[in-house]
Amino acid sequence: MESDSIHKLTMPKWGLSMTHGKVVEWLVPERAEVSAGTEVVEVETEKITGCVESSKCGILRRQVAKSGQDVPIGGLLAVVADLSVSDDEVNRFVEGFVLEEACDESASDDIAPEFVEVGGRRLRYLKQGEGGQPVVLIHGFTGNLDNWLFNHAALAQQRAVYALDLPGHGQSSKDVGDGSLDMLIGTLQDWLDALSLSRVHLVGHSLGGAVALGVALRSPDRVRSCTLIATAALGPEIDADYVEGVVEASRRKQLKPYLERLFADPSRVTRQLVHDLLKFKRVDGVPHALSKLSKNFVANGKQVAVFRSELEQVQSPTQVIWGEADQIIPSSHASDLPDPISVELLANCGHMVQMEAAREVNQLVLSFLEKTD
Amino acid sequence: MPRTLSFQQAINEALDQEMARDESVIVIGEDVAGGQGAEGETDAWGGVLGVTKGLYAKYDDRVMDTPISESAFIGAAIGAATSGLRPVVELMFNDFMGVCFDQIFNQAAKFRYMFGGKAETPVVIRTMIGSGFRAAAQHSQSLYSIFTHIPGLKCVVPSTPYDAKGLLIEAIRDNDPVIFFEHKKLYPLEGEVPQELYTIPFGEAEVVREGQDVTIITLAEMVHESLKAVEALAQEGVECEVIDLRTTSPLDEETLLDSVASTGRVVVVDEANPRCSIATDISALLAQNAFGALKAPIKMVTAPHTPVPFADNLEDLYKPNAEKIASAVREVSEYQAWKATASTS
Amino acid sequence: MTLAKDDLLAAYRVMKTIREFEERVHVEFAAGEIPGFVHLYAGEEACAAGVCTHLSKEDYIASTHRGHGHCIAKGVDVHGMMAELFGRRTGLCGGKGGSMHVADLELGMMGANGIVGGGPPLVTGAALSAKRAGHGNVAVAFVGDGGSNQGTTFESLNLAKVWNLPAIFVVEDNGYAEATSSKWSIGAESNAERARGFGLHAVRVDGHDFFAVYDAAGEAVQRARDGGGPSLLDCQLNRYYGHFEGDAQTYRGPDEVKKLRADQDCVARFSKRVTESGDVAESKLAAIDQEVLELIEDAVAAAKSAPKPEAGDLLTDVYVSY
Repeated sequence: MESDSIHKLTMPKWGLSMTHGKVVEWLVPERAEVSAGTEVVEVETEKITGCVESSKCGILRRQVAKSGQDVPIGGLLAVVADLSVSDDEVNRFVEGFVLEEACDESASDDIAPEFVEVGGRRLRYLKQGEGGQPVVLIHGFTGNLDNWLFNHAALAQQRAVYALDLPGHGQSSKDVGDGSLDMLIGTLQDWLDALSLSRVHLVGHSLGGAVALGVALRSPDRVRSCTLIATAALGPEIDADYVEGVVEASRRKQLKPYLERLFADPSRVTRQLVHDLLKFKRVDGVPHALSKLSKNFVANGKQVAVFRSELEQVQSPTQVIWGEADQIIPSSHASDLPDPISVELLANCGHMVQMEAAREVNQLVLSFLEKTD
Repeated sequence: MPRTLSFQQAINEALDQEMARDESVIVIGEDVAGGQGAEGETDAWGGVLGVTKGLYAKYDDRVMDTPISESAFIGAAIGAATSGLRPVVELMFNDFMGVCFDQIFNQAAKFRYMFGGKAETPVVIRTMIGSGFRAAAQHSQSLYSIFTHIPGLKCVVPSTPYDAKGLLIEAIRDNDPVIFFEHKKLYPLEGEVPQELYTIPFGEAEVVREGQDVTIITLAEMVHESLKAVEALAQEGVECEVIDLRTTSPLDEETLLDSVASTGRVVVVDEANPRCSIATDISALLAQNAFGALKAPIKMVTAPHTPVPFADNLEDLYKPNAEKIASAVREVSEYQAWKATASTS
Repeated sequence: MTLAKDDLLAAYRVMKTIREFEERVHVEFAAGEIPGFVHLYAGEEACAAGVCTHLSKEDYIASTHRGHGHCIAKGVDVHGMMAELFGRRTGLCGGKGGSMHVADLELGMMGANGIVGGGPPLVTGAALSAKRAGHGNVAVAFVGDGGSNQGTTFESLNLAKVWNLPAIFVVEDNGYAEATSSKWSIGAESNAERARGFGLHAVRVDGHDFFAVYDAAGEAVQRARDGGGPSLLDCQLNRYYGHFEGDAQTYRGPDEVKKLRADQDCVARFSKRVTESGDVAESKLAAIDQEVLELIEDAVAAAKSAPKPEAGDLLTDVYVSY
């Protein structure tokens, strides 16, 4: 339906469980000019609030959904078009759109996570996109593949992008063996084997960054590039109280203040975000797994594994992205890194920088992928 | 898409997964298999409403039908619990507690205390509550308040499939006697339920909806009636906080007090009779501990002090509903102390 | 069935310990040293001893409000029992249970029970546990003639039969439920008759005769261990004291207890039989008598000097976790 001259903005699907989103606020008035990447409208889901961007340049011709309105995934939010397009044409587009909505929704249902057995553990992963040089997204401690909800689809436009749940996390097996970083690194390598992914771009966040680095050090030939986001293992400092608190907290009230430290803007922490983590922590085996992993991750207030001195040996092109306002692992860990490593610091972002500055992070990753393909 | 199950399936799954995990878990009750000694199927019913259906086929002699003999089989479940098993015993309708009450409140509830802390009685008594089925006075009551009164018992009253599974697994693993009240209207309710085993701790109320104007404290089916009511109220500009107690013993006082500290206005919604009930208990708790925060009298929406009637129009009158809840919330939210003073002077 | 000399001595020690325990509690209660309600088992010792001689600590029993004898026969610590009756922190239940709730689950003693007819359903459950465990253990419910009229007992007889459980129901018909004669309150000819109606093996036994009880219980226990299902023993016996301590017993016949003590005393009958048969020397029994007296004396002294529970104990032990 979209023509060359008329561009639609639709409700995105952020995360597996999202079925609809609520329009919070229009950030751009009608008749204003937008360019590719302009944040047009703020949308709230049960889990998270994010911004929908324009993918094209033009004039914001119509705010189709009103503030406060619930819109299903794929539902029409706005129309962007040049002034050469008449109002009648815009009207016809809007009226004609409604019919296609159901198709869009069912299409998004095709994306479903899969499971694979690796070393006696059942691991869940989600694949989006096809072809190209594949990318693997590795979440951090207590995270899961939904941590990439603002990134996964955007990165998968031109290639296959996998996100997995590490052992002990998400819906993967809760058996974490000895709980060591070595176990996580080994499991990722085995998982790559199981999916016959011989050479990949790795994108790791926090503890997932340490896993990515570990794989890059052990199997340099398998890692085309490494993007380390707010990564662990570049220095000893870490908010150990956060790690302990997030493991120990069993109630919403206890957990919420810890989660707020993940973001520069604590209002990003919705009820659902807290609720989902609580639900996860109630699953059999999770408390044990998290406590085991955390003891291997942090001891005496410091990170146990620091690969800084080994960075010189990393052969894969590497970039480091960090939120300047990271309260969990200080962004100073991005300073003084060996030369070929590029560093991007993003202002006003916390530890979950890939959520808080999804657009910037996606652009950084995409251009790095292009460079290193 | 998240996996959904009905409330009834969630309970069945909890039993199934716990029986698979732990050999000492057994299911006892009238027709929990169904058809024993008869010519037809021996797995005919799976409980009177089919909640335990299929377990007999899987676990055979660990799913035990009983004569209609509640004193004996509830007592037996309790005795078995003190001697190494983890029985989940089904007492069909909670109205039938009358015939085996001694075994519950004089035996199971007291063992630990009167034996100086040396006894553990890991028994779960599953039982149905609730009106709305035209089942009249002896098959429709909600008697959790009576059991909440008794030290030594834990009382669980879930309202969603997710909670039903997590709370039942918690109950089975708990080492104290637990009465697990299932509202029969909720059995078909669908909701997200993870395949994995998980537990929900007792004594943690769930803030189902956040709001700053009025706190609605409720449980079981009334959680859903309250949620219906608050949608309409939100249109009118009244934002309600809805708290689902989930367990009445232990009671999550902290969550209630926190909420009332911010709203200052409270409606307690309970399907049970109003005298010496969980609704009056919570009202008293708040009056004693949150008096300074209250901006209006606490309002209770409950059944009247009558048995549950049979005729449909009477039963509908008997039962609290969204409309009654909404009007109580309006009254509480509009209440102003100076007006009340003026009208009485 | 024949008993070895050591077994006879052990059985005698049990009966004698129960007797001296109860006689002393009678005195201490009258002196105001023991609070609350106390129901004495003196006169009925042969029943508890005759049944429990067949049991190990892996077997279960549930008792009644008249439970001291069953506890001692099942091997419960006399010091702990005495301290419990005195309401002391060192008591078996920390002073929270008292006479009517003495229990020791480690020994399979599921508790005396303040509710008449409270025990049989619990024993049915313990028998279910025993059956599932598959080690040939059994569960025994002691019930008075009063309890034999409770629906819980009838229901348990039926359920034990339906589930074919290794359960033994021992009715101790001591002639009175409180002040009401069992001749009047039991409508059937006997509890044995009733039990047969439920499909159980049942026999009536002279409860004053240790050997009669021992033999009948032996058969019932063996049947249960072999998977043959539940049985009932209808033991006819007498109590020497009132329903509770302080009961004036005006409902009893003149010199009724005096005659019973003279003619039917189970301890005396046991002594006579084993000494006359030459199985046991009188001196051996005399030595046990002396040891038992010392034990009881010591238990009372220890109980009296033991501390009462602390204020904080009021709030503990309600739940395992809350």
